[in-house]
Amino acid sequence: MSQANKLDDIYRQARWHEPIIFLKSTKEQVGHNVPEPDKEIIKEIGDIKSKIPKALIRSTPPELPEVAEIEVVRHYTRLSEMNYGVDSGFYPLGSCTMKYNPKINELVSSLDKVTDLHPLQNEDDCQGSLQIMYELQQWLAEISGMDKITLQPSAGAHGELVGVLIIRKYHELRGEAEQRTEMIVPDSAHGTNPASSAMAGFHTIELPSTEEGLVDIEALKAAVSEKTAGIMLTNPNTLGLFEKDIEEIAKIIHDAGGLLYYDGANLNAIMGKARPGDMGFDIVHMNLHKTFSTPHGGGGPGAGAVGVKKHLADFLPKPIVDFDGKKYFLKYDIPHSIGRVKSFHGNFGVLIRAYAYILAMGPEGLKNASETSVLNANYLGRKIAEIKGFALSHSQTLPRKHEAIITAEPLLKETGISALNVAKRLLDFGIHAPTIYFPLIVPEALMIEPTETESKENLDLMIDAMKKISEEAYTNPEILKTAPHNTAVGPIDEVKAAHPKTMALTWRMYMKKHN
Amino acid sequence: MGYIHPYIPNSEEVKKSMLKELGLNSIDDLYSDIPEKFRLKRPLNIPHVKSEYEIYKHILNILSKNKTYTNGRNFMGAGAYEHYIPAVVKALSSRGEFVTAYTPYQPEISQGMLQTLYEYQSLVAELFEMDIVNASMYDMASALAEAALMTVRVTRRKKFIIPDNINPQHIETLITYTEPHNIEIVKIPYDRKTSMISIDALKKEIDTNTAGVYIQTPNYFGVLEEQVDEIEEIVHTNKSMFVVGVDPISLGIIRSPGSYGADIAIAEGQTLGAPMSFGGPQLGIFAVKDNKKFQRQLPGRLIGLTTTKDEKEIAFVMTLQPREQHIRRERATSNICSNEALMAVIAAMYIATLGKTGITKLAETIATNTAYAMKKLDEIKGIKVPYFEGFHFQEFVMNFDDTGKKAEDILDKMHKNGILGGINLSKMYDIGESVLVYVSEVHTKEDIERYIETLKEALK
Repeated sequence: MSQANKLDDIYRQARWHEPIIFLKSTKEQVGHNVPEPDKEIIKEIGDIKSKIPKALIRSTPPELPEVAEIEVVRHYTRLSEMNYGVDSGFYPLGSCTMKYNPKINELVSSLDKVTDLHPLQNEDDCQGSLQIMYELQQWLAEISGMDKITLQPSAGAHGELVGVLIIRKYHELRGEAEQRTEMIVPDSAHGTNPASSAMAGFHTIELPSTEEGLVDIEALKAAVSEKTAGIMLTNPNTLGLFEKDIEEIAKIIHDAGGLLYYDGANLNAIMGKARPGDMGFDIVHMNLHKTFSTPHGGGGPGAGAVGVKKHLADFLPKPIVDFDGKKYFLKYDIPHSIGRVKSFHGNFGVLIRAYAYILAMGPEGLKNASETSVLNANYLGRKIAEIKGFALSHSQTLPRKHEAIITAEPLLKETGISALNVAKRLLDFGIHAPTIYFPLIVPEALMIEPTETESKENLDLMIDAMKKISEEAYTNPEILKTAPHNTAVGPIDEVKAAHPKTMALTWRMYMKKHN
Repeated sequence: MGYIHPYIPNSEEVKKSMLKELGLNSIDDLYSDIPEKFRLKRPLNIPHVKSEYEIYKHILNILSKNKTYTNGRNFMGAGAYEHYIPAVVKALSSRGEFVTAYTPYQPEISQGMLQTLYEYQSLVAELFEMDIVNASMYDMASALAEAALMTVRVTRRKKFIIPDNINPQHIETLITYTEPHNIEIVKIPYDRKTSMISIDALKKEIDTNTAGVYIQTPNYFGVLEEQVDEIEEIVHTNKSMFVVGVDPISLGIIRSPGSYGADIAIAEGQTLGAPMSFGGPQLGIFAVKDNKKFQRQLPGRLIGLTTTKDEKEIAFVMTLQPREQHIRRERATSNICSNEALMAVIAAMYIATLGKTGITKLAETIATNTAYAMKKLDEIKGIKVPYFEGFHFQEFVMNFDDTGKKAEDILDKMHKNGILGGINLSKMYDIGESVLVYVSEVHTKEDIERYIETLKEALK
């Protein structure tokens, strides 16, 4: 079989016609027997509904489906078969670090001693979980080069919020809150950076990138002023490039009285190789669901640990986990704390997965993971850039870090095939599409992050797929414009979902429109 | 043999061949752009690599220091709740296709996740009788904070009123989120007898600058708010927004927030099929009334129903994305990106499994067991249960003032005898020596009796 034919037959996603659960309902069916009160209790209390005040009682039961257990099982099994995860195949979604999620992590996070612990139990009962959190804090501090870590935030953006609130509080304490209203964010930044700054009340100053794809130092010098609260930076940045002038950037910001925030979405490139804490960053967040292998769950839950330098330790959200040499405890006495950002102490079910991952890797393993992820990204980026219609964005010479940004602009100009078409066609080969149209400063962007957990065979498969797509673009573009063909459904009408006439955000809305 | 690790498939040999193809000698060439002074020249000081069995054993050993109180011995609630989780929910929600997927940016290959999240939105919509539900917030605390911010965006007013009978961690989180925006958070007192909100105080506080008014029902003390219609009228007459926090399971028997005009309804969704897990991950449920302005101002992701382009099949996609950070950036409705999708998947499976009858029966069981526990506890001399009047769901306050004992000491003694007796409220509220007790379907008659016996012992 030729390579091209191999690609044609490589992937078929399940195509169940699985109706929405409401349409699987049969009257008076049950899917689960819930416990009923003891007969003696009923005898003593009577019918509870008769005791509910009139103003409170629900007159008609909720219109929920009534489905037998086996049908619930088949329904969600079929839906899972129409979904795609890292377990299904290669998922080179840039900036998302879709590495393998080890199964031992799942196992330890589902142990009874993890799941059955109530967050308000006294500290003596929770020594195991607190120890795990404390050690994880220590390890993350070492990996990032920071002094103190909080594990409270639920996600990267939640960590960013904590970070910008710390910056705000820091200036407030120095009596400069009114004055320092501007947060500098490069034009290549994740959308969460400006959105998070806004949530702390800052105004975003967008910083242009150089042709090479790095922070423009002159523009930075021009942007800083007595209004500067800080800068939010990823390093390596979203173009996959290391900001080599980081020392100067740090100096410019610090001299202007601002603080440096590190968006850790791209930390996977530099574990054991370099540390944001050594580069002058004051605050760092780490996405445990990216770098530290915890699964993304279709969008979450994640965990966004935040690390700070000593001088900001008193601003962390409370509580954080501490250790007095004998006992682990929740420390609430944090003088300038920004407060609480979450009901309890953190996403423990996620944290313990990251803990297991670090144990499985060790110092050598983390370093090797970073090196291999960088090698994979450079290999994939270079090879794809050689294919007709594709090119590396920005610097042609600088090594990439964890990801490589390819522009499909030449392909679009020559064939009319866009990055979106390329992305959809990749799905046909059982490869999840890269992130597309991001960073915003790259036209027809394909942001490719293979991670270290993919073999050379998988990288070569994607390279072959991209070659095939290029050939098709020049010879048979129709197959690209009508892609995907091998997924659970074909191309989707996204406009209809948002059009006021057809919009149905829930089944309830849909039924109102159609009855 | 070189470095080899089960999570990293490429051998040293393969890596060498890849480097060769790139015209490089070593991996360090790829790090040549990192300034010398920032290169880490020592190994990270973290534990050395362990085998999978060693990891398992190491974690088991540490976790053995945790003391858990399942099997009917845990009577703690206050924001994290133990319920029985059907085996079906655990089995289905742990499927790798769901667990290891990212946000469904490519809808054609992610229909399973999209449809399940759409079902989550739809199932919650029926329970709440609200038309729009987002695909999740982090937890109820952050959902409240985001709700307050949304009322400010919609009304362009700057004051948000909360009663003093709501979850205190939620208040702390609300303050953290609203402080940078100079939003005035005003607390109004609750009625000393019922713990329901003081209507007089609400009338006094509400003004033309009030963006929203929040109530939690059942409130922190387990009491359901009976004045919802009156409050709704006051709030809406003032053109403010009505935000309501509920317990999702209670809605099997209790009126829904949609039925009494809530503009935004929030809840803690951990209760729907997820374990306590030391307080996280949880699930922030966020629902709004169908209204163009609300659609535009809603935070978080939304899944919509549509068709394929050939119109032959129903399909699901993320929709109304221009509200979100990846498009609107600085002007987004929220910075939320990663959310609690898998917890929403769990909730969908839980509600679907229980169904109409299951949710109703479960709510009845919980309310009945709660009533029984209150009645039996009140028979103990010197104990006042419930401390507040009103209809209770799953939690209640137990007061020890007439026993002359300290709540702390009683809880300690019960704890020593293997029972988590509840949350000590004595230092948090001006309600004497009091404890917040949680009772649900996981407590049988024997469990409640054991609790009572242990309590009596502790009072001696």
